[in-house]
Amino acid sequence: MKPSTSSRRGVLDRLNSQSVDVPPLPDPDASKLIQFDDPFERFKESLALVGGEVHEIEHPSQATSILNRIEAFSSAQRVASVLPAAVKSTVDLAMVDDPHSLASLDWMVASGEFMIAENGAIWVDGSTLPHRVLIFIAQFLAIVVPRDAIVHNMHEAYDRIGAPKPGFGVFVSGPSKTADIEQSLVLGAHGCRKLQVFVTS
Amino acid sequence: MSIPLPIVDHPTAARKFVTDDQRSPWHDQALWFVRSKRDKQADTLPEWEYLRSMASAIKTHTIANLGNYLQEFEKNATAQGAVVHWAADAAEHNRIVLQILKEHQTLRIVKSKSMLTEECGLNHFLEDSGIEVVDTDLGERIVQLRGETPSHIVLPAIHIKKEEVGETFHEHLGTDKGASDPKYLTEAARGHLRGKFLSGEVGVTGVNFAIAETGGLVVCTNEGNADLGVSLPRVHIACMGIEKLVPRFRDLAVFTRLLARSATGQPITSYTSHFHGPRDPESELHIVLVDNGRTRLRDSPEFRHALHCIRCGACMNTCPVYRRSGGHSYGATVPGPIGSVLSPTRDPKSYKSLPYACSLCGSCTDVCPVKIPLHHQLLAWRKELVGKGLLPWSKTFSMKAASFMFQRPRLFTFVGKVGRTSLRLLPHWLTHNPMNTWAKTRELPEPPKETFTQWHKRNRT
Repeated sequence: MKPSTSSRRGVLDRLNSQSVDVPPLPDPDASKLIQFDDPFERFKESLALVGGEVHEIEHPSQATSILNRIEAFSSAQRVASVLPAAVKSTVDLAMVDDPHSLASLDWMVASGEFMIAENGAIWVDGSTLPHRVLIFIAQFLAIVVPRDAIVHNMHEAYDRIGAPKPGFGVFVSGPSKTADIEQSLVLGAHGCRKLQVFVTS
Repeated sequence: MSIPLPIVDHPTAARKFVTDDQRSPWHDQALWFVRSKRDKQADTLPEWEYLRSMASAIKTHTIANLGNYLQEFEKNATAQGAVVHWAADAAEHNRIVLQILKEHQTLRIVKSKSMLTEECGLNHFLEDSGIEVVDTDLGERIVQLRGETPSHIVLPAIHIKKEEVGETFHEHLGTDKGASDPKYLTEAARGHLRGKFLSGEVGVTGVNFAIAETGGLVVCTNEGNADLGVSLPRVHIACMGIEKLVPRFRDLAVFTRLLARSATGQPITSYTSHFHGPRDPESELHIVLVDNGRTRLRDSPEFRHALHCIRCGACMNTCPVYRRSGGHSYGATVPGPIGSVLSPTRDPKSYKSLPYACSLCGSCTDVCPVKIPLHHQLLAWRKELVGKGLLPWSKTFSMKAASFMFQRPRLFTFVGKVGRTSLRLLPHWLTHNPMNTWAKTRELPEPPKETFTQWHKRNRT
């Protein structure tokens, strides 16, 4: 559908008819922003607060043995992974054309770019995902992220991303959740029921 | 001209909720719990007040230069393959969305939370055109199944008890009769909505922030419903008010730090999704920019700051009137303090009672993450309403009478004497007669033994 132009002109004319004098945009003074003595400790605390679980491992391959101790993983039928070194896929993602066919996905293992200490979030770059829906449709989610990839706060996070590439990116902080029924927190609203984070040194 | 809106009388509309001595205190406490969580999160950041000042300055700058930033946004979003539409009002917004749906022969859409589409009445408009609209946010789905509207902009079903959700789900989703466990009910909704997600042909979302510098959009959810809703179908329609813009990508840091902390007391939402352009060459991303009164509001130096609002709901959670009277008593899409500022700009006559649904305690101003001087604006609205002659006779007459009296010291002394004597002598049935609405839930004060003037003469001269 081709947008019409008359409303566009109307809105812009109304906005431009009255100019307002204001100061320029402020830039944050980095010395005023929170820094943690041990950002990784803080990340672990933040992630626990939002309902995620951290596992510190030396090598990505250890992720599979830790996951195998979780009943929901050892009994899983369909596991997708973008990190075969950590967890092997049982679903051939290259063969998936229609994201709807991922509806029955049990687990997704994704790759995280970096962690944020202040809120337990992890930046997941959409270009690492063959289908965007993978991290939302899977019943359970695991994210693998390197130990030294960490920032203190959101200002550093956006600086680290720099200029966003076309496409998609998401900060994931804990599993999907809702408190819409009488403020009772329930994990596993529409997205993943639980979030496992593997931090590799 | 549109059809005149019905006049909302807040005290009348709130009566049922306020006098429900189970529900009103329960609602009050639920919201105070959220407010307390907000305080705890705000306290974790020494730079909290600094962030609020920055957010306010960024918004002030953006709204002042909104025309330029909108054009920059349009240029960058278009370059990434999105289609940008402009709507002057709600009706045009709805027509644009319907037109896109018709071009794709859509029968079913899945929607994530968007106060803008509520403001525009999109759901009913589409349903009248034969399109099935499924709200996928759990709270919104609950109110949709009950045929209600959200009573809070972040917690749409905050006014509904779990037993009532249980009844609604029993009727519509076939859950066990009498079940009221939130975990069980949420699981049932998850199953029910999974099917809706998989059959949704187009995903419609609101927008939390749009970035002029990059042409991108940010959508924040805890449930992941917006992401599921737009990652399956090929068409994503994002609807946003023109005030949702921020100039630069890095400005998002300020707002993502403030939004969830202020809204629900979380350090950040579970998912903060950034969309730059459509998913792939076969997919479409439509962005509908909606004015619907915002440019007019920008023209007003008095109320321009209300455009800073990032819809966190903190002013509602803290408002002593909102907490006790419930969101529906405001008769507006956005209730609470910010709603009482915004609604009269839309139609002063219909919403003239809302600026009075306020004790001027100022708590809303204290918690607002973008520093909207809410209680000052509510007071300013009262002045406007007097100027427009929209005050009821009972209020204007008593104000004039009081003014007459205060200007005449001897009359004032006399009236004081009459008042003190009456307080002592008048029987309860007369002071608490049905005509005196003030006394309905209040007792009159004990009359003082002497006046201030008498006391002053004795002690200070």
